Amino acid sequence: MIGDLLLALTLAPLVALIGCLVVHRRRFCEALNLVASAVAFACALPIPFLLDGQAQLFWDNYVILDRASAWVILCTSIVYFLASIYAIGYMRLLDEEERLYRFYALFAGFGFTTLVGPLMNSVGIYWIAIELTTLVSTFLVAFERVAESMEAAWKYIMIVSAGISLALLGTILFYWSGTFVLGPSYQMTWGVLSAAAPRMNPTLIVLAFLLVLVGYGTKVGLAPMHSWLPDAHSESPAPVSAMLSGALLNTAMIGIVRFLGITRAADLGQLPQLVLVAFGVLSLLIGALFIVRQQGIKRLMAYSSIEHMGVVALGFGFGGALGVAGALYHMLNHSLNKSLMFFGAGNMMRAYGTKQILDIAHVGRFFPTQGALWLAGAIAITGAPPFGLFLSEFTIMRAGLKPSFSWAVYVMAVLLIVIFVGFMNHFRCMYYGVGAAETPPARGHVSAWCTAPMWLALAPLLVLGLWWPGGIWSYLTSIAQSLPGVP
Amino acid sequence: MLIQHLGPIASSLFSLLAIASLLLSFVMLGSRWLKNYLYAFATESWVIAALSATIGYYGNYPELYLIAILTLLFRGLLLPYLIWRIIRRLEVDREIHEILQPSSSLVIGALFVMFALAVSYRVATAYHLELTVAVLALTVMLSMKLIGFLMLAVRHEAISQILGLLVLENGIFLGSQILVPGMPLLIELVILFDLLIIVACFGVLVGYLLTHVGTTSTLDLKRLVG
Repeated sequence: MIGDLLLALTLAPLVALIGCLVVHRRRFCEALNLVASAVAFACALPIPFLLDGQAQLFWDNYVILDRASAWVILCTSIVYFLASIYAIGYMRLLDEEERLYRFYALFAGFGFTTLVGPLMNSVGIYWIAIELTTLVSTFLVAFERVAESMEAAWKYIMIVSAGISLALLGTILFYWSGTFVLGPSYQMTWGVLSAAAPRMNPTLIVLAFLLVLVGYGTKVGLAPMHSWLPDAHSESPAPVSAMLSGALLNTAMIGIVRFLGITRAADLGQLPQLVLVAFGVLSLLIGALFIVRQQGIKRLMAYSSIEHMGVVALGFGFGGALGVAGALYHMLNHSLNKSLMFFGAGNMMRAYGTKQILDIAHVGRFFPTQGALWLAGAIAITGAPPFGLFLSEFTIMRAGLKPSFSWAVYVMAVLLIVIFVGFMNHFRCMYYGVGAAETPPARGHVSAWCTAPMWLALAPLLVLGLWWPGGIWSYLTSIAQSLPGVP
Repeated sequence: MLIQHLGPIASSLFSLLAIASLLLSFVMLGSRWLKNYLYAFATESWVIAALSATIGYYGNYPELYLIAILTLLFRGLLLPYLIWRIIRRLEVDREIHEILQPSSSLVIGALFVMFALAVSYRVATAYHLELTVAVLALTVMLSMKLIGFLMLAVRHEAISQILGLLVLENGIFLGSQILVPGMPLLIELVILFDLLIIVACFGVLVGYLLTHVGTTSTLDLKRLVG
């Protein structure tokens, strides 16, 4: 049963990819991609309920489905589904009818690689899956073919490929340290490495873990390796920005979490967690500084992604049942909320014909429903109640209140307040613009394809903020316990 | 474990080849003509292919012969050919604006090698391997990594950056052949193909850069800031 769902989940985007390449009719491609994403979402939704505590292996142990990967896949498929709905409305505005089939082929391919990544059980093949996500998404970033998106695409592929080669080095050092325990040839899976970790030499593991953390951290967008992220997120078409932010970053984060599990099994003390916490705090700091002074609307959202990945890193770094559960919950909330924010930003960008915050004014007056939705999303993304992000950030802070990490909690609290003020100030400008022109936007109408996914994203956010089902809590804490050696 | 009981001849052969490829990356670091850069990269790939074959012979890993042939074909011939085509299309011969003189980058590269040696020695001591070829392999792997990053940082022709990236990968490939020759074949094969795709993607992107931005010098990519 689970095996069939998994097969359908991964095959659907693959079929869409091939279908778009064969049939170039644009309406067909739109529909095919939408159906594929709906199938992926429908298959991913029941998997967490069907899984018991044990990880299930398929395909000669090459595919692992445990509770953590099921959770990440659920987040990914939600974003893929919402972004596919949104893409139909948004891509019609771009006047790229001829090349539209390529967009949908790449988009389905991107969905496929991000869904497959967390499922890889072999550490080496996981690396390859992450590398593939980069290659596919580079061409999505470059899709608009203007100078800015070319620049963004070049920086993206260059920085991420260089960073991820560090992760490969770290992976090989992990393999090497395993050969002293398991003999010269063995299958390097997450489980085998964790089982062998207590007998491996700590010096080499520390070196390998730091390399892996910096490598995959580049892909996650942790500061100071974040420099590609604002460019790529701001210059790609809005549905792609949502996928990059809501799906791709989580796919890379799960790798860091699994390596963190291995180091915990190796009993290295607090060093790995401390490094992760330091990266998290630095990401929050960079996010806060650039959010306050930001001028581009999509760059604002991109820096907010860096901030939220910092929060997730802090959650995993603090550890314990609270920290891990909070971080995983934050992943889901962030995926929903950031999709909502990028959809709204894309709509406003197209309506006003600008990427500058200062040129957008009186959103609430010209777009009452749309504007209210986007504003609610902005309140949610800054971590204010009554939305899901408030709960998850609060849980992560509670997890950090132990002597060794309490400093990070205080810094985090201050920075979150700074971000709240800075973010809301930008929205004040756009809704009640001071000194901005009174001219109405160039394009007054936003299609239903572009508004519907915003409703679909906001509703669960509100529900998750007001009501935290006990089932989700026990599910997430069981993931925390399945990571070896949680204190 | 192969490196713990190697004969003196095998050991010195490995060392010779590893040092030869390290020297070649210094050649790349010190040259400013893109063609020389490319030839040094191709030679380095041949040296690594020879290393794979040698390890396959002395360590009884027949699958490494396959890897050696594929390395020779892909990294030694196909990739340099693809890059040579891009260079010819771009009509760029050399780095025009240098952030760092080749001589200063050579000095920095030498400092990187010392740092890599210190790290490798520490790691090898933890396993009591300080008298084996492992120290050298680890040093070469880490220093080629650092030199590759240095090239990425101080060069800004698009081609130089692609080659810098390939040096990063060459370093890993070289080290992994000596340290973990028993690594599953599948992974090495996929990484080889992966590299081919990367270079193809870069080729397409360079073309885009030229038509839509009008330059292939990354110094001119400064629209997106803040």
